[in-house]
Amino acid sequence: MEKTHHSSSEGNAWTRLTSANWFVYILVAPLFLVLFAYVVYPFYQTFKESFSGDDALSNYKNFFNIASPANIEALWTSIYISAISVICCAIVGVTMAFLLERYNFPGRRILSVLVLVPMALPPLVGVLSFTFLYGDSGIFPRAFQHLFGLEQVPFSLKGIWGVIVVHTFTMYTYFYLTASAAIKGLDPALEEAATSLGAGRIRVWTKVILPMLTPSIVASSLLVFMISMASYTAPLMFGVERTMTMQIYLSRTNGNLDMAATQSMILSFVSITFLIVMRWYQNRRNYQNLSKGISVHRSEVSSRSMKIMATIASFIGTLILILPILVLILISFSVDGAWKTQILPTDYTLDHYQALFTDERTWRPIWNSIQMGIVATFGNILFGVAAAYAMVRLNFKGKTLLDILIMVPWALPGTVVAVNLIAAFSTENIFAFNQVLVGTFWILPLAYFIRHLPLVFRSTSASLVQLDQSIEEASRSLGATWWYSFRRIVLPLTFTGILAGTLLALVQSFGEFVASILIYSTSTIPLSVAIFQKLYSFKFGTACAYGVLQICLILIVLIISEKLSKGSAGSAI
Amino acid sequence: MKSVKIENVSKKFGHIHGVKDLDLHIKSGEFFTFLGPSGCGKTTTLRMIAGFYYPTDGKILFDDFDVTRLQPNKRNIGMVFQNYALFPHMTVDENIAFGLQVRKFSKAEIKQKVDRIRGLVHLSQYGNRKINELSGGQQQRVALARALVIEPDILLLDEPLSNLDAKLREETRVEIKRIQSELGVTTIYVTHDQMEAMSMSDRIMVMENGNVRQIGTPQEIYNRPSNRFVADFIGETNLIEATIDAINGNDIQVKTASGLILTGRKQQSSPTLTHMIGDKVFISIRPESIHEGTGENTLTGKITFVEFTGISVNYIVECLDFSLKVMIINMNGQFKKIGEEITLTIAQDSLYFLGE
Ligand SMILES: Nc1ncnc2c1ncn2[C@@H]1O[C@H](COP(=O)(O)OP(=O)(O)OP(=O)(O)O)[C@@H](O)[C@H]1O
Ligand SMILES: [Mg+2]
Repeated sequence: MEKTHHSSSEGNAWTRLTSANWFVYILVAPLFLVLFAYVVYPFYQTFKESFSGDDALSNYKNFFNIASPANIEALWTSIYISAISVICCAIVGVTMAFLLERYNFPGRRILSVLVLVPMALPPLVGVLSFTFLYGDSGIFPRAFQHLFGLEQVPFSLKGIWGVIVVHTFTMYTYFYLTASAAIKGLDPALEEAATSLGAGRIRVWTKVILPMLTPSIVASSLLVFMISMASYTAPLMFGVERTMTMQIYLSRTNGNLDMAATQSMILSFVSITFLIVMRWYQNRRNYQNLSKGISVHRSEVSSRSMKIMATIASFIGTLILILPILVLILISFSVDGAWKTQILPTDYTLDHYQALFTDERTWRPIWNSIQMGIVATFGNILFGVAAAYAMVRLNFKGKTLLDILIMVPWALPGTVVAVNLIAAFSTENIFAFNQVLVGTFWILPLAYFIRHLPLVFRSTSASLVQLDQSIEEASRSLGATWWYSFRRIVLPLTFTGILAGTLLALVQSFGEFVASILIYSTSTIPLSVAIFQKLYSFKFGTACAYGVLQICLILIVLIISEKLSKGSAGSAI
Repeated sequence: MKSVKIENVSKKFGHIHGVKDLDLHIKSGEFFTFLGPSGCGKTTTLRMIAGFYYPTDGKILFDDFDVTRLQPNKRNIGMVFQNYALFPHMTVDENIAFGLQVRKFSKAEIKQKVDRIRGLVHLSQYGNRKINELSGGQQQRVALARALVIEPDILLLDEPLSNLDAKLREETRVEIKRIQSELGVTTIYVTHDQMEAMSMSDRIMVMENGNVRQIGTPQEIYNRPSNRFVADFIGETNLIEATIDAINGNDIQVKTASGLILTGRKQQSSPTLTHMIGDKVFISIRPESIHEGTGENTLTGKITFVEFTGISVNYIVECLDFSLKVMIINMNGQFKKIGEEITLTIAQDSLYFLGE
């Protein structure tokens, strides 16, 4: 052991440094620096800008001005849409969870797979398929028009209700996932106990089952409300201008940056409030008994008429879930410009798919998005793994602050993130190495990095928490350096967690639209913006081919992470 | 093998003292045990020796080399964790080989060493098993093998048996002791189980609240405890308060509060005790040293509790101002009932005097 002694006396200064109390702050300083530069500072710039009118409060006075109520109306509409979205999502999601977890009926298996399809739809693509299906000139309204020989389409999805339907379709999965997890965790013995004490079916439900589900329902409600407030794509596509996100977008495109900043501040206030309430609620909610190995008993639907009804209902459910994807695939084969007033497109071609990979101009946005997504995700891995390790393993003051700073960008609407970045990086700036970032390639990767900050962080810290500290210590006691232990022990054991978060961040970046549309530079158009542009030049085929490509990618990722986490998909939300 | 010197070591967590002013010399090759109730600072001390905590004050030396602030990976220790801390993504062999790979041994050497140590812990057939395919006792032995294969200067074990069931615990206890004496490695063993401590150790340190209460061989600790805490903590005993009444040469007469006179011997007292007439002392009497009948120190009392364990009959006897736990070996199957009177005798050699 002479060798070890020798090297240790040599490394004494280093040892003293690393064992000092303040050394941990050197380790976490870069994390705080990144958060300060790209989260706090841009946010502060927007904050400053919102007060930069004639007198400090003039923008806020304008916002709440009764004489021109556009802004108040927008705030009200956003809240209204969000509240109704929560209710609709809750009803659909919880009902689905109960049906699929508790009953056995024809078509249950396929339905329980398809129920997660909405998660595979990028926001823009999802709304797109809904307008193709149910919009003004959509397939269904037209089919009915032709069928009954009407002058006008008998119904169509538009306006606020269009937004709400799309929200319900895309966000009920949050309720579904948490509710079905809660139902799975319900100990059947509780129900049996209640029944044995003489409680009837209704009493068991209202007094035992629903109260046990309350935590998951409340948590999902907060989440869905927050996401609905931030929703931008659906109002855009259905032309609902009086929502907060649309107002910000309009102010920004009209060059009214002060007002955009003010609107952003107010929207952020709402979002962050909800984030804080949500965190608080998650911390105080107690996880009910998770007795393992008990499979909940599924009731068989037995009577003949019920069976027929259940079959029809699950058939319709399956259709509703699968149609958005089918329609995208269908239209992706249609010839651009040939689909006018017919129910379905008439001419079909393979050109769009060929063009994706052969035509330079069509391929460009895909390549841009791949590059920008990879850059952003790489940042997310570095930052997320380091932050998770610091959070779980190190002891320092400011832990809570770190946690909140990482979560904030996730709670912020993409529109606001974009406005913040514009406020901070339209001028040369030390955090951008004295460059102007807006208008360059780098602004979008930065936006993606910020928006997806918590993804790798959360999935990594979840697997780190499960990794017993003494395993790392065992490795150290066997002579391994910190870095060697990290490589041989910590990384392999948290790999699936890191990978799940990484893949999620990657596909999210690949499909990001909300922030992109506000700050993309024309030389590096991302895929989502390209879809949007194709749509407005009536190149539906190409737009849909892009969309199908995205969905394929997301499906691959979902399947991989499902395999990795053995069925706990959605844990990274 | 190295010796371990702990000089005036204290460890504070914020304002809480984990360990206070610890002074200790563990000899090379010794089997040394830290014993004490939960929260007394055993793990804290062990982790300072391993290098996972640095002392707030004081020094730790391996032989004469100061390791106080040396990183754990430079100390050449083997450590067995309470929950084993085996690497779940590796096989048994990969676990055992880990420390050797760190030390850059050649493949051939690693294989040879791993095979040898696997034989030593009786796991020859299990080299390619995954960790989760092993029983608790087998996992325990892998942990031991992993710690031993690097030929550590010091072996540290933190309650290594607490996750095993009673029977396996006894087997493994014997096993650890066998392997330790075969290799002769300096071993520090943490436990709160006194049976374990007594049967395995060369010496024991009894701790309470971050302080050392006594250091000594198992016999010393049991037969000659230096204070009330140790007397009470190790084995069962009756502690009776009394004052010194008279001293005649080697004999000490003490008087309890109710005036009962008991006689014992001067050498049967803790080293710190000063023998002055009128001093308050505590008498420690082991239940098994009290017999039925008359003789030296005869007293009578009323039985308030009877418990038959097979090998013995345990009574609680209410005397004038104190009650005595009495253990009488079961010879003829006869025993008294609750409420009966009993006459007891305690040999003068069986009284042990303690200070405050
Ligand atoms: N990391 C820590 N932070 C704060 N206090 C600690 C820490 N580790 C130990 N302590 C405190 O120091 C004291 C000694 O703890 P230690 O773990 O050494 O006890 P122990 O003797 O090993 O007990 P047990 O038998 O329960 O394992 C306890 O009061 C404990 O609360
Ligand atoms: Mg302990």
